[in-house]
Amino acid sequence: MSNELAVGLAGHRISAEQCRDNFKDLVAPLHPNEARLAAERCLFCYDAPCVTACPTEIDIPLFIRQIANGLPVAAAKTILDANIMGAMCARVCPTENLCEGACVRESSEARAVEIGRLQRHATDALFASGRQLYRAAASTGKRIAVVGAGPAGLSCAHALARQGHQVTIFEARPKGGGLNEYGIAAYKVTSDIAQAELAYILAVGGITIEYGKTLGRDITLASLRADHDAVFLGVGLGGTNGLGLGDMPAGVSDAVAFIAALRQAPDKTALPIGRNVIVIGGGMTAIDAATQVKLLGAECVTIAYRRSKSEMPASPYEQEVAQVRGVLIREHLAPVAFEQADGVVCGVTFERTHSEGGRLVPTGERLTLQADQVLTAIGQTLVASDLADSGLAFEKGRIAVDDARRTSLPGVWAGGDCVAGGNDLTVAAVADGKAAAASIIAALQPAAAAIPHHAGA
Amino acid sequence: MADLRTSFAGITSPNPFWLASAPPTDKAYNVVRAFKAGWGGVVWKTLGEDPPIVNVSGPRYGAIHGSDRRVIGFNNIELITDRPLEVNLQEITQVKRDWPDRAVVVSLMVPCEEPNWTAIIGRVEQTGADGIELNFGCPHGMSERGMGAAVGQVPDYIEMVTRWCKAATRMPVIVKLTPNVASILPPAEAAKRGGADAVSLINTVNALMGVDIDQMAPWPHIDGYGTHGGMCGSVVKPIALNMVSAIARHPATQGLPISGIGGIEKWRDAVEFMALGAGNVQVCTAAMVYGFKIVQEMIAGLSEWMDQKGYARTEDFVGLAAPRKTEWQHLNLDYVVKAHIDQDLCIKCGRCHIGCEDTSHQAITSLKDGQRHFEVIEEECVGCNLCAVVCPIENCITMVPLREGEVDRRTGLKVGGHRTWLEHPNNPMATNPRPAKYAAE
Repeated sequence: MSNELAVGLAGHRISAEQCRDNFKDLVAPLHPNEARLAAERCLFCYDAPCVTACPTEIDIPLFIRQIANGLPVAAAKTILDANIMGAMCARVCPTENLCEGACVRESSEARAVEIGRLQRHATDALFASGRQLYRAAASTGKRIAVVGAGPAGLSCAHALARQGHQVTIFEARPKGGGLNEYGIAAYKVTSDIAQAELAYILAVGGITIEYGKTLGRDITLASLRADHDAVFLGVGLGGTNGLGLGDMPAGVSDAVAFIAALRQAPDKTALPIGRNVIVIGGGMTAIDAATQVKLLGAECVTIAYRRSKSEMPASPYEQEVAQVRGVLIREHLAPVAFEQADGVVCGVTFERTHSEGGRLVPTGERLTLQADQVLTAIGQTLVASDLADSGLAFEKGRIAVDDARRTSLPGVWAGGDCVAGGNDLTVAAVADGKAAAASIIAALQPAAAAIPHHAGA
Repeated sequence: MADLRTSFAGITSPNPFWLASAPPTDKAYNVVRAFKAGWGGVVWKTLGEDPPIVNVSGPRYGAIHGSDRRVIGFNNIELITDRPLEVNLQEITQVKRDWPDRAVVVSLMVPCEEPNWTAIIGRVEQTGADGIELNFGCPHGMSERGMGAAVGQVPDYIEMVTRWCKAATRMPVIVKLTPNVASILPPAEAAKRGGADAVSLINTVNALMGVDIDQMAPWPHIDGYGTHGGMCGSVVKPIALNMVSAIARHPATQGLPISGIGGIEKWRDAVEFMALGAGNVQVCTAAMVYGFKIVQEMIAGLSEWMDQKGYARTEDFVGLAAPRKTEWQHLNLDYVVKAHIDQDLCIKCGRCHIGCEDTSHQAITSLKDGQRHFEVIEEECVGCNLCAVVCPIENCITMVPLREGEVDRRTGLKVGGHRTWLEHPNNPMATNPRPAKYAAE
C-alpha cells in the first residue's frame, strides 16, 4: 500500500525502487572517455587560479594532466598529498565558488573544466585499485589527542600519523567522518564513500579512534592536555539555532537531525515525512533537507528564507539542485509563529520582509503557509558548555585561533567549523587540520633537530 | 559566384578537389560514392601488374591523435591495389563512362623496364581515363622491390620512366613525388626534363608511428613485428607546403603544374596550397577519417572565400603567395614587431608568461600591482611569436610592427631601413652599412 498522499507525517510515500532512483548519484562519475575529454580541456595555466581558489591548494593542473595521460592513480596522489579527503571534497565542494569558479575557461566560455568530477575520477580509481599511498612513520613516542573524527580531525590526525606521532581520536558519535557521515545529502555521497574514505585514512596506521567519547561528559580538555603532547579540537558545531518562537508543536524538527537520520536509516522510505513541508533557512542544510524530503515523496516542499535568494548562503547551483527537483524557494519570509491544531503543526505564519541597504526590514504584512512538517535550518552553533572553564578564548561564539590554528591555550590547536573565521566547508576543515598538523609537528620537533635560522658564521 | 571549375594539366573537373590515389579510390563502389558526394576527380588507387600484390591481414594504419582523439597524423603500410588489373580497368572504364564530367586519373606502378610501363599504359588508355599519375612516392613495401620511392629518390630514374610514359601515351602524365629526399627540386626537375605534364606532391613521409611498450615492438605490429610506413594527415602539411612552394618558385620548375597533396583537411588548407602554386589539390586522410562529405565544406568554403576576395576563377589566385617565399638571408633584419596582448580577450591562463619566462626572453609579466596580469615588456620582447602561438585564444596576442622612426625599446635603436643578412654589419661579407639616421639617440 502506498502512502503517497497521506496527510501528516508518514513513511513509505515512495517505493523502494523510486527511492533507489531518487537517491542515485547527484553527479554521475565520468566515463573514461568523458574524463579524457574533460581533462584535455585544461589549459595547464601558469600559477593556476583554480589552485589559488582551493583552500587545500591541490595542484589541479598537474592532476588533470596526469589523468589526461592515463595516470589516474598518480593524479589521486597529487590530490591526496594536498587534501587527504579529496574523494569527499570532489563530491561536496561548492566547486562553482572555488576551483571551477576560478577556472579561466569559466570566464572565457562560461564552462569551467570539470575539476570536481575529474577529482572524483582520480580518487575513485585510487580506491578501486586498493593501493595505500601513505604509511605512518616510525613512532616518535609523542601522543596527540584529536577531538572529533570529522574532516578537520581526520586531516590533522593523518598528517600527524605520517610523521610517526601516535594519535588518539575521541569521537562522540558511533561512527567517524563527522558531517561527511551525518550532515551531507545522501545523493552526494553514494556508495558509502564517507566510510570508505575514513577507512583509507585510518589505514595509514598510528591512529586509534575511541567512539562514544564526548568532550565535557567523558573527557575534559584539561585531562587531554595532561595526558598528551598536543591536543587538536575539531569538535564541529554540535548545537543548532532555535527560532525563538516558543514551544515547538509536533511536526517541527531540526533539519540537521533530519539529514543525519536519513543518512543513517537502513530504509530511507521508512522515515516519516510530511505531505506539505516547509524548510526554514537559506543555507546548505536547508537545501539538503528540502531536496531530500521532496525526493522521499513530499507533495509540496517550500524553502522559506527571510532574505533574498541572492543573499542565500546556498549557491545558485545548490538552489537549482533543489528547484529542478520540485522544491519551491520563497524569499523575504521571516517566520513569526507556528500554527497548530491539537499540538500538531499545521502551518507557519511569516512576515514579509524587504532589504534596505542590506538591513532586513519587516513590512508588517503576514501570510500563513500550510504545513504538516516543518524543518528548521537556521544555523549551527558551538556547544560552548563542553569547553566551559577550559580557559579557551572565543571569538563570535567560536574558538579563536591564529593562522597556525593555535588556540589561546598552549599545546591546544583547533580547526574546522568550531573555529572562528572559517566558511563551514569540508575543504576548509581539511585545510585547517593540515595547517594545525604542520604547526604541531614543528612544535614537537626536538630542539636539537631544529634547523638553526642562521647557519652561517 | 566563384567558378570552381579547373583545368589541371589539361584535365578538367568541376572543382579542384580530387581524391588522392589511396584506399578511398580502390574500387568503383568507393569512387562512385565520392562523386555522388561532390568530389571533382579521383586518382585511382595505384595499379600494378598481375598477379596482384598481397596486403597484410593485420593493422595497416596507425595514427597520432590530438586533443579529442582527432587524427592529426595518419600512417599506412598498405601496398598498391591488391585486385586483379582487369577488374580495375573494367571498373575505371565504367566509372568514367558514367561520370564524364569528373576527372579520372589512374595511378601506376610497375617494375622499371620500358616494356612494363608501355604495356600497362596501353591498357589504361583504353579505359577512357583522363590521365595517368606515376607513383614514384610510396615509401614502404613497394620501394623494397625497386618501385615507388625507390624510383622517386633517383632523379635519373624519374626522368627515364617519365620519358617512356610520355612516349607511350597521348594522356597527360603526372609524376607523384616522394618527400623522402634531401631536396624536392632535383626530382621535380627530373620529372620536367622527362616531359611530365605535372607533378603531384607529397606522397607519404617515412615514419614509425609509435612503440607498443608492453610488447616492446613498433606500433602497430603484425605478429610481433612492425615496419615503417608512410605518414600523412595534418602533421605533414607544412612539409608539403614547403616543397610545393620550392617547386613553384624555382626557375627550373616554375610553371610546371602542381597537384598539392599533404594534410589537406578543410577549404583553407586547399587555398593555402593553391596560393603557393598548386593548381588543384588531392585529399585522402581527411576523407578516411570523416568520410566523403567533407568535400561539401571545402567547396562551400572555397567558393565563399573567392567571392569575398573577388576571385572569379581558381587560376586568379593560384601561386599568388609563391613569390613571397624566400630564403632566410633575404628577410628584413631591420623590421621589428612586438607582441601585444589584448587585455579584453585575455583569459589569464598565463601560458604566454610561463613559456616566455621559462624558455625564452622573460618579456611577459605575471603580476601588476599585485594582480594577475599578463603584459608584454617591450624592453625584452624580440617579437618571436611564441606567446601568440601558445595562447589558447585566437587573436588575443598579435604581433604589432613598430613604425618607421619609432624606437625599439629593446635595442634603443630607431626602427627603419631594410637590411638583410647580406647587408648586416655582423656579416663579415656585408655591404651597405646602416644609415646614420637610425642610430641610437
